[in-house]
Amino acid sequence: MSSRDDILGRVRASLHRNAGNAAAAREEIVAALGSRTQGPKPAIDADPHALLERFRLKSETQSSTVDIVAQESEVPAAVARYLAAMNLPKSAVAWASLAALDWGGAGLQVETRGARDADLVGITGCFCAVAETGTLMMCSSPDTPAAVSLLPETHIAIVRASRILPCMEDAWNLARQELGSLPRAVNFISGPSRTGDIEQTIVLGAHGPYRVHLVIVED
Amino acid sequence: MHFKANVHAKLSDVVLQGNLKNAKGKFVTRRAEAIRDLDDFEGTRDAAAAIRNKVIDNMDLWLETFERKALDTGAKVLWAKDGVEVCRLVIEIAKRHGVTKVTKSKSMLSEEAGLNHALEAAGIQPVETDLGEYILQVDNNEPPSHIIAPAVHKSLDEVADLFHKVHGTPRKTDIPALTREAREVLRAHFLSAEMGLSGGNFLVAETGSVALVTNEGNGRMVTTMPKVHVVITGIEKVIPTLEDLSTLMRLLPRSATGQSISNYFSILTGVKKPEEHDGPEHLYFVLVDSGRADVVGSDFHAMLRCIRCGACMNHCPVYQTIGGHAYGWVYPGPMGSVLTPLYAGLENSIDLPHAATLCNQCGIVCPVKIPLPDLLRKLREKQTEHGLRPLTERIGLRLWAWVAQHPKLYALGARVGARYLKWLAGDTDRIRLLPTAPEWTLGRDFPAPQGKTFRELYAARRSATPRT
Ligand code: SF4
Repeated sequence: MSSRDDILGRVRASLHRNAGNAAAAREEIVAALGSRTQGPKPAIDADPHALLERFRLKSETQSSTVDIVAQESEVPAAVARYLAAMNLPKSAVAWASLAALDWGGAGLQVETRGARDADLVGITGCFCAVAETGTLMMCSSPDTPAAVSLLPETHIAIVRASRILPCMEDAWNLARQELGSLPRAVNFISGPSRTGDIEQTIVLGAHGPYRVHLVIVED
Repeated sequence: MHFKANVHAKLSDVVLQGNLKNAKGKFVTRRAEAIRDLDDFEGTRDAAAAIRNKVIDNMDLWLETFERKALDTGAKVLWAKDGVEVCRLVIEIAKRHGVTKVTKSKSMLSEEAGLNHALEAAGIQPVETDLGEYILQVDNNEPPSHIIAPAVHKSLDEVADLFHKVHGTPRKTDIPALTREAREVLRAHFLSAEMGLSGGNFLVAETGSVALVTNEGNGRMVTTMPKVHVVITGIEKVIPTLEDLSTLMRLLPRSATGQSISNYFSILTGVKKPEEHDGPEHLYFVLVDSGRADVVGSDFHAMLRCIRCGACMNHCPVYQTIGGHAYGWVYPGPMGSVLTPLYAGLENSIDLPHAATLCNQCGIVCPVKIPLPDLLRKLREKQTEHGLRPLTERIGLRLWAWVAQHPKLYALGARVGARYLKWLAGDTDRIRLLPTAPEWTLGRDFPAPQGKTFRELYAARRSATPRT
């Protein structure tokens, strides 16, 4: 007997499985997968300004820094400003989906490709953002590779204010609506990587970025 | 597993006692603050327990549902009855893909299976990448002492000595500098390993995905950089939908580290598409039984709800006093005292169900409402039913039962006993050494009875108050 049959067989025996209760249970499963019932959610003001404000506040609690610009064309200058202020290099790797922005005009050398170990700054967009916890939702694809938000020591993410949603549940619904099925990797990111493994002292910058900077575009 | 001997050693370990004292307050206060910040904590706990029950009650069918979905995404699903089979399957996968090095994100199942030893024996290098697990691995493969903070029993000084010795770098006691040193060593491994191995916090039936909760980013590394990703996880980890995942995520990081959400929360589905820059080309799930199937439908099925947050041990007075190693196996604290007897055998862990004061701190904080003290009590009953308790204890209890059924004899015994204890105490109200149970008075005094027994007092009172 295969291990699969052995394990499932013992589970079935423990549950007194028979044709009758199996049919009923299958219906329950179909119903559960169809209804997607949500659990209790925190009350979050869905007004766009309130969402932006909560997202900004929660992001800062997660040790991200936040800048807000009025339109997308201002993003390269905002990124250049941040890099200069932090004394960081002016070259970066970015998602292909951001290729159209005028990075050169802001004095930055930006290559759109997958990330390499040597890249010090990674620039990404995000699929959407969650105000509840100050979280970015990243969906992987050929144009939005996951490693750009992971390998570089500095991660800069561009967030469109209209894509800030109240809760993670709203993000799932948006993904189902726009993407149909889940991409290979959904990464929810809340601030720079960290560890508390030595004497419970929180240190920023474990294996991922040391700093996360968000540029919110009020569109 | 010599629990009692372990306890004695741990209690007299001055360094460990200092480290435990240092750790204990932090987890508790951080969790308390994070819980306060959540609108409907109790409602969310009820919902979380219901989600876990829903799957456990029909586990066979939910597993089949998950398996079908995962296969649709291009993943492969393998099943392992026990740790031996886990090791065999993982080594087979590694050989098939010509793997020489495996980077590992924390997986308790791989600890259960002793996978690192098996990989090494097969000539494959396992590299633990969670900072705590890495510290333990380079310290002669020391086992973890906590499921969330594996190296919580180690002090900064110990880590400083260790890194100095292992990395051959100047000794440093700056925690960020030590962290950077480990980051640099491990980065090279992340980029060169052909296979990444992770546990799974949840398996989502709706999408055939694995959900991973990490802070360091090592979970993302091992599932993004190598060409093969293997998920090793227990068969009890399935949950129905992404909505259920969101509900459970409101509780897991809060209960574990006091965070409203972990830094990284990754939901991984299927394999890399040809045009993609990163991600594994091969994804395997190894679904492990190792005793879980037999817990389904038993008196202990509630234990399968466990989401491995560690809150029960963080709040346990016994764990806080002896640390995780004393429990003798992978899972410490109250959850370990229940799981170890269930998975490793009741007869192999005779003391664990007794390693609790039944104060219910664990039950109060458990995010999925597992009645841990009830389960510990049930395990004690099972031990007695199966005649697993020591002979002296069994004879003693039988004797007591017999005396208790003979009221006159009982009264006499109580009278003599009370007088004897009072005599032992002399003119104080405490007994410093009980000759019949010297162990009991080793660390504390025994309060001396105040002369008369309850029965004597009761009789005197009845004759003094006239009946109406
Ligand atoms: S038993 Fe409850 S508190 Fe303990 S680790 Fe499991 S889920 Fe957390």
